[in-house]
Amino acid sequence: MIENYLNIFINAIFIENLALSVFLGMCTFIAISKKIEAAIGLGIAVIVVLAITVPINNLIYNYILRDGALAWAGLSDVDLSFVGLISYIGVIAACVQILEMFLDKYVPVLYNALGIFLPLITVNCAILGASLFMVEKDLYFGESVAYGLGAGVGWALAITILAGIREKLKYSDMPEGLQGLGSTFIIVGLMSFGFMSFGGIIL
Amino acid sequence: MSKYSEILFRPVFKENPIALQMLGICSALAVTSKLYPTLIMCVALTVTVSLSNFFISMIRNITPSNIRIIVQMTIISSLVILVDQALKAYDYETSKTLSVFVGLIITNCIVMGRAEAFAMQNPPGVSFLDGFGNGLGYSVILIVLGTIRELFGTGTILEYEIFPLVQNGGWYVPNNFFLLPPVSFILIGLIIWALRAWQKDQIEEPEFKMSQNSPEIVPNPPPTPSSKVAS
Repeated sequence: MIENYLNIFINAIFIENLALSVFLGMCTFIAISKKIEAAIGLGIAVIVVLAITVPINNLIYNYILRDGALAWAGLSDVDLSFVGLISYIGVIAACVQILEMFLDKYVPVLYNALGIFLPLITVNCAILGASLFMVEKDLYFGESVAYGLGAGVGWALAITILAGIREKLKYSDMPEGLQGLGSTFIIVGLMSFGFMSFGGIIL
Repeated sequence: MSKYSEILFRPVFKENPIALQMLGICSALAVTSKLYPTLIMCVALTVTVSLSNFFISMIRNITPSNIRIIVQMTIISSLVILVDQALKAYDYETSKTLSVFVGLIITNCIVMGRAEAFAMQNPPGVSFLDGFGNGLGYSVILIVLGTIRELFGTGTILEYEIFPLVQNGGWYVPNNFFLLPPVSFILIGLIIWALRAWQKDQIEEPEFKMSQNSPEIVPNPPPTPSSKVAS
């Protein structure tokens, strides 16, 4: 039992890394990876939000949206899965908002550290993507907790590594057109090749 | 008239959403290994961004500014649901290939970014054009990527054989390397390099400049402790 959860967790971090294997959350990934501190802050925020929203969306999918899920309310032939997208994004936006208010009131240190990154997370495709993958993989509740947490840790790991590399790279002499964005894309490509080597691992 | 064509074409090369504004990159990487799904993705995104700009601009004067993000999200996700359902109905195979990436148009920053930056300040007609132009700018990069990757990866374009393949008695050995997703990162990096060699004003200033050797400095300075270590 515990092996299954551990398996999903490790799988989500290394083998199906959200940033480097399925390329989600790329916009923020590239925009906020100039400094290690900022990258770590954003990474933590993503871990927290993913660990909360993926299980909630899992409950919504399994008990309200999926085909025949409304049997408990006597509506066994209703299939609401077409409103999935709008409900998931609603849950994510609401969670981010609540989390922001909660942190502001009870954990102001963390709130100040995360700053602008929290509201930005609503439009980070890694968050919505993880929920959609959760639906596609057909996980049940316990598994979805492990998956959400693992996906978050994987994304945070990737952005921290990229920020580390970019901090060193700013001293290097590159061709003019490659400075900034161009070189970052190529680095991410090479990192992604590195993560592909985890591909064959069977846990 | 020139103002409209300016709005329509500026996002294609001068302010390309992917190459300069860093928006909407995720889907550019994951869906481009074949040209056909790439084209479908381009159409889906262009439709969504044009229409969402149009509708958001129509209600811009009656939208309270503190809940505008939720209003925009609702409009965008309704449009994406329409596109997704239409795709599932008429081209189920491609919709399977694109998997979650059609749904992810909701969080594609191009759509959100243009709504926020342009449609909230401009009338519907112009906003529609701006959305369409940005859709085109996105499509140009994706189509270039899709073409290169399919051509070198499988020797075909839209399943039509361009390079005669070895297994069909030709000379081209397909380079499977190009079908791997990370290649699209490297290709985008190179496209950006090419684009910036042409549009010089897009070049970013480096944080640190390499100092040039000035003529006053003696060509072979006497060895210092640090240079001894290097030798």
